[in-house]
Amino acid sequence: MDLYIPLSIIAIGALVAASAGMVGSFLILRRMAMLGDAISHAVLPGIAIAFLVTHTRAAPAMIIGAALFGLITAWLVQTLQRSGVQEDAGMGVTFTALFALGVVLISLFAGRVHLDLDHVLYGEIAYAPWDQWIVAGWNLGPRALWTMGAIFLIDLAVIGLFFKELKICAFDPNTAAALGINVTLFHYLLMSLVSITTVGAFDSVGAILVVAMLVVPGATAYLLTERLSVMLVLAGVQGVLSSLLGYLLARWTDSSIAAAMSTVSGLLFALAFLFAPGTGVVSRILHRRRLASE
Amino acid sequence: MDLSWLSLADANTRWVMTGSVLLGVAAGVLGAFALLRRRSLMGDTLAHAALPGIAIAFLVTGSKSIGPMLIGAAVAGVLGTLTLSMITRYSKIKEDTAMAIVLTVYFGVGIMLLNIIQRMPGGNQSGLDKFLFGQAASLVGSDVQVMVVIAAILCLTVLLLFKEFKLLAFDQGFGSMLGVPVGWLDHLLNLMIVLAIVIGLESVGVVLMAAMLITPAISARYWTDRLSAMVLLSGLFGALSGVLGTLASQLGPRMPTGPLIVLAATGLFLVSLLLAPRRGLLSRLVRFATTRRRLIRERTLRAIYELAEEAGEASAAFTSAELERRRGIPVRVAEPALAALRREERVEGGPGGWRLTVGGLREGHRLVREERLFEVFLMHEAELGGHMVDRDGRGPVFPPDMVAELEVLLRLHELEPRLQPGTSLEGGL
Repeated sequence: MDLYIPLSIIAIGALVAASAGMVGSFLILRRMAMLGDAISHAVLPGIAIAFLVTHTRAAPAMIIGAALFGLITAWLVQTLQRSGVQEDAGMGVTFTALFALGVVLISLFAGRVHLDLDHVLYGEIAYAPWDQWIVAGWNLGPRALWTMGAIFLIDLAVIGLFFKELKICAFDPNTAAALGINVTLFHYLLMSLVSITTVGAFDSVGAILVVAMLVVPGATAYLLTERLSVMLVLAGVQGVLSSLLGYLLARWTDSSIAAAMSTVSGLLFALAFLFAPGTGVVSRILHRRRLASE
Repeated sequence: MDLSWLSLADANTRWVMTGSVLLGVAAGVLGAFALLRRRSLMGDTLAHAALPGIAIAFLVTGSKSIGPMLIGAAVAGVLGTLTLSMITRYSKIKEDTAMAIVLTVYFGVGIMLLNIIQRMPGGNQSGLDKFLFGQAASLVGSDVQVMVVIAAILCLTVLLLFKEFKLLAFDQGFGSMLGVPVGWLDHLLNLMIVLAIVIGLESVGVVLMAAMLITPAISARYWTDRLSAMVLLSGLFGALSGVLGTLASQLGPRMPTGPLIVLAATGLFLVSLLLAPRRGLLSRLVRFATTRRRLIRERTLRAIYELAEEAGEASAAFTSAELERRRGIPVRVAEPALAALRREERVEGGPGGWRLTVGGLREGHRLVREERLFEVFLMHEAELGGHMVDRDGRGPVFPPDMVAELEVLLRLHELEPRLQPGTSLEGGL
């Protein structure tokens, strides 16, 4: 029983990191890393509205509300871009406006619904094991584990089924269009995955740190390989490592688990940046020195 | 209704208002340059990256005053930009991913430090917490004095280095050719953005600071093509957002000032998006409709002319059904155009048959000739080699000597409009 809590926390963290790492890899390749940041902030009004309507913190309502706002964000960014606004600026306007709206909604109605702004923003994975899912008297373990497990399977299934299409769209949207692939459809499919993953991760790692899980594992993997399939696996592995080591770091420093996870993730990225075989900064210096001495 | 709050009698409200306006001006002015450098999300990144600096400043000095925070945030911000440029320079990671990495990792470290501070004896973290979402209501006189100084320094720097920043925004290559140190200017701009962020942290917070750097600037971009006007307007929009947001927050007890300032800025953006002259959606819609109406009118007039030309008599009449069948103009499109042409006395008649008037024959001849000159031009484009000039979308305009050549070709192809203006319209009756 002693290990129940640490193991559930690490498992939830690993599921968050693996799901976000896989989905995030596609964002990195499409040069849309900041869209993860935008969507993770912009889903706030969706969550607030879901709370206000259902008066519960039940996962399905939250996920639907937030996924809806995630798609609205993706759509608004694209619409603004088509009407001549720079992509990054359009993104900035959209997500800050939606986030501000979310904060106002929560501030206005916080008294009526139990919704804590801090909790939404940086989550607290430490409490996740206590929120258990009990069906007809059976204790099925932490609810977050089931939610994230389901989201992980959805991500895995969609990416597995449409791997080829997502790959072509990520690397060369023009070729994809020429091959008759519906680029817009796959864009929104990817955005849906980003949205539900973000929302699922919300409860455990919060709005701001889920972006770390979306981007940093993928970026680390990107430094280590040139193959997309390998990159996805490596991103997942990096995420799981971040979760495990992050938990230990958090226990050691007695601080937020989610923050420690993103810090460890950053350290792993730094290691890859310096020592990636062939491309890392140190590896290149060593290589140059060897060439010079020959 | 109690309107006393509008008078700003309350000293606290006055400070909040002043602080928000200063923030709006400084962020608006710098945001204009960030936007043109395509660095809009840099503000978001640096605002998050400042957090560990703020936490360390607190750890070192133990005070929550704005001075040490400012230095801590500036140092962390500069380190953030250095990390960013190192990642993009020495690896294949692109700028957007590098920004997201710096943002999240620095922020994660910052949150960890905040947790540690919170657990320290005497380290009540409540004062630092507000930097995340801002708490404009807690602004006091001494904070605002620091804000005035920083905002003044920032605006003055922009004023003094306006020409250099302009080069940085539009053409770095040209700038460095002129001997302007664009690299240093770029770092300076980032540092100034960091300083503006520090002003904003207390009133709108880390997360929404990005909006103050982006939204007023992109709104200003809709109204003007001149950099000086854009910078002024952006500062003005920022200040106005500050005023509107602060006023709105006085309406209820639980209205947070920071998000309301951002929503006010977003409101100004929506107004600009819809109503700005030339670039605004409404004006583009009107322009589109006007052009469409003009093109349909010309197409209809040409169709009647060419049908009459085929029939060999200028006064021949045609129904709109015939226009649809023989020239492919749908009846529902042609009918409003015909009504308009009748008002202009270009055609006469009615649903039973439309025919050209004297004026219609003259204009129809001109339009058909222009179109056929263009057809001939396209057939011989390679040989003619000249460039036609497009006069604000009103069809092709050729240089005079080319027109002479084209007319020869027109006769060669037997494409000259055969119904000359001035032909007797009575002939066929």
